[in-house]
Amino acid sequence: MKAPAKRTAILSILGALFIAGFGWIVATQGPLAPVAVTLAQAKEARLERRLFGIATVEARRSHAIGPTQAGRVARVLVDQGDTVKAGQLLAEMEPVDLDARFAAGAAAAAGAAQRVTSAEAALAEANSRALLAKNSADRYADLRKKNFVSQEAADAKAHEAAAALAARQAASAALAAAKDDVRRAQSEAAGAGQNRANLRLVSPVNGIVTARLAEPGSTVVAGQAVVQVIDPTSLWLRVRIDQGRSNGLAAGLPTEVILRSRPDEKLPGRVERVDWVGDAVTEERIANVVLDSVPDGLSIGELAEVTLYLPAVDKALAIPAAALQRHGGRSGVWQPENGRASFKPITVGASSADGLVEIRRGLAAGDAVIVHSSRLLADNARIRPVESLK
Amino acid sequence: MINLASRDVLHGWGKFLFTGIGLGLLIGATLTMAGVFRGMVDDGQVLIDNSGADLWVVQQGTLGPYAEPSSIRDDVWRGIVGIQGVAETGNAAYLTIQMQQAGKDTRVMIVGIEVDRPNRPGAPPYLTSGRPILQGHYEAIADEKAGLRLGERVRIRRHDYTVVGLTRRMVSSSGDPMIFVSLKDAQEIQFLKDNDALVNERARTATNPAFNRPGVPGLLEAAQASATQARNVNAVLVRLAPGTDADVVAGDIRRWNRLTAYTKAQMEDILVAKLIATSAKQIGMFLAILAVVTAAIVAFIIYTMTLAKVREIAVLKLIGAKNRTIAAMILQQAMALGVIGFLVGRMAAGLWGPAFPKYVLLLPQDAIGGFAIVLTICALASSVAIRAALAIDPAEAIGG
Repeated sequence: MKAPAKRTAILSILGALFIAGFGWIVATQGPLAPVAVTLAQAKEARLERRLFGIATVEARRSHAIGPTQAGRVARVLVDQGDTVKAGQLLAEMEPVDLDARFAAGAAAAAGAAQRVTSAEAALAEANSRALLAKNSADRYADLRKKNFVSQEAADAKAHEAAAALAARQAASAALAAAKDDVRRAQSEAAGAGQNRANLRLVSPVNGIVTARLAEPGSTVVAGQAVVQVIDPTSLWLRVRIDQGRSNGLAAGLPTEVILRSRPDEKLPGRVERVDWVGDAVTEERIANVVLDSVPDGLSIGELAEVTLYLPAVDKALAIPAAALQRHGGRSGVWQPENGRASFKPITVGASSADGLVEIRRGLAAGDAVIVHSSRLLADNARIRPVESLK
Repeated sequence: MINLASRDVLHGWGKFLFTGIGLGLLIGATLTMAGVFRGMVDDGQVLIDNSGADLWVVQQGTLGPYAEPSSIRDDVWRGIVGIQGVAETGNAAYLTIQMQQAGKDTRVMIVGIEVDRPNRPGAPPYLTSGRPILQGHYEAIADEKAGLRLGERVRIRRHDYTVVGLTRRMVSSSGDPMIFVSLKDAQEIQFLKDNDALVNERARTATNPAFNRPGVPGLLEAAQASATQARNVNAVLVRLAPGTDADVVAGDIRRWNRLTAYTKAQMEDILVAKLIATSAKQIGMFLAILAVVTAAIVAFIIYTMTLAKVREIAVLKLIGAKNRTIAAMILQQAMALGVIGFLVGRMAAGLWGPAFPKYVLLLPQDAIGGFAIVLTICALASSVAIRAALAIDPAEAIGG
């Protein structure tokens, strides 16, 4: 009976191992196994807060230069990429009859000037006549006092003097009218000249032509741009930031810009302006960011990722953001309690870029919370703390 | 009194053990098939549970967002959040794509969720590592099955995303791992076309005389700008205030917002009963056949095992063993075989289950049920064998 006893012992050991293995699989693989979790403690930390937005490169000042009235483009002197100076002629519209009208105006002004000369001569003659008539009337009045001439003759001379005076006034008025005529004709000529000058499209700034939008011969309406000029020193970024995450957005925040064309370079900058009007449709706020130094080859419309650095919160009680969960319609954390999970609702504040979230209410420093779990936790679920899952 | 069954087993224990293990592997295959079936149903179930929603608001007349495409404007939530009983709403976008990762294609479901506050509807309810999405753009949380590592950069359509967190069991109804990104990114992934398509579309618009009329400058640009907008989502997930009747709110939304709203129960019905119904039936059918085959094999094994011992049983009878003793021996052996088979099978299923590409869910109640069925089959099979054993003529012990 020796051999069977040994065999029985081996078989019972094998059986026990087998049952133990089965038990191990049921306990660790199945739904009866405790939930593996990682733990963290609430502790004071410095919260580096950031905002993130997508931006496009834009020119702060972009000048769309076009005619003020409809017309045909006569010539375009610049092309995309040309550097232009303030006052430089960029394009010109077809003047149609404006040159003729200007010539007519000039001729009318010259004619009016001639008429002024003629009126001046007429006035000189009237002056002379009035002087002669007055002298003659004075003489007759004197003679009449001495009774050398009849009253009738003296009255006739007095009338002649009055008439000559009136004629002189008329001549003077005619001269003034002629002078007015000159000014009108000159103004008209100047107006025609200004209209003509208005057809010359000149650059208002030193800049770069970014678009040549019409070619000679094409017809454009009033206000339609023929040439677009930007000031290259005024390039900035228009950043769109989700409204829900825009708290703290303000002018002056330091930023870091990553252009799509150079993904490994972080360009420093700052928020220049925050638009008062957000985008109600996309639910975003809009801010403008200027770069400390504009790199060469920056193109308008280029996509950029902008990180805005908010003032850091020093010494905030914080836990990892992954610990924050929802249970029973409330936001809170799971805490380990004698090897089981229990839920505690908490109120949180700011969150940091590296995944910490500030505790406003509900936890004290040193309180342990469950961060990661291998399954969805439930009340009183058995837990097994591990260093890291997997 | 010595136990005849154990003596007999010890006599040829190697044969007995290997028979049990072979039987166990067969039972293991059956249990795994049951697990595959349960896993399939569970995939649909977790999709509903993990979204954390009480109501799904989708395009009118569709079974969206999982079973059918649904597209609604991303501002309809404003009308829904004002309805009494609604606690929170969240836009969600779902899109299944083929993702190129490390030289191979992975089928993943991109889920767009709102990320302005923690735990918005649709967000993964727990993480296994990393952190939630804290940046408005270009961050992603991936299911572990997607094969991504923490901190890895992954390209999805036009942009690179950084994996900041990992989660588990976040799958679509067809078991594809989910990748969570912010809603605006998901809208872009879903609605913004690739460059070639954009350029072609612009050219197409430019040749359309209705959009490119002389004398209306700016019309073409306006038409083209409006064509590239991405202002749609697939569903609005609604959380209700405690104590609110979901059916009443769903009715309100259907009636006044002219949208279709599904409660959790309806969504389960759509996903479990409709979407995966055919494939689940397929698996179920196979499971039934496998169970019948297993039962038949168990019965045959026990029957042949008994018949192989004809001579021994005849000797037992000859020396005056009671019928009850012989019957007990056969039944005990059959039961022992069933127990060994079940244990081996459950262990095998537990070991190879996680290696399956899709989720295999081994439920304790399935295991208990399986155990009961195995023992019943063993008992039934042994009864046939007992009848055969009792019919044996003791004379066979000497003659044959």
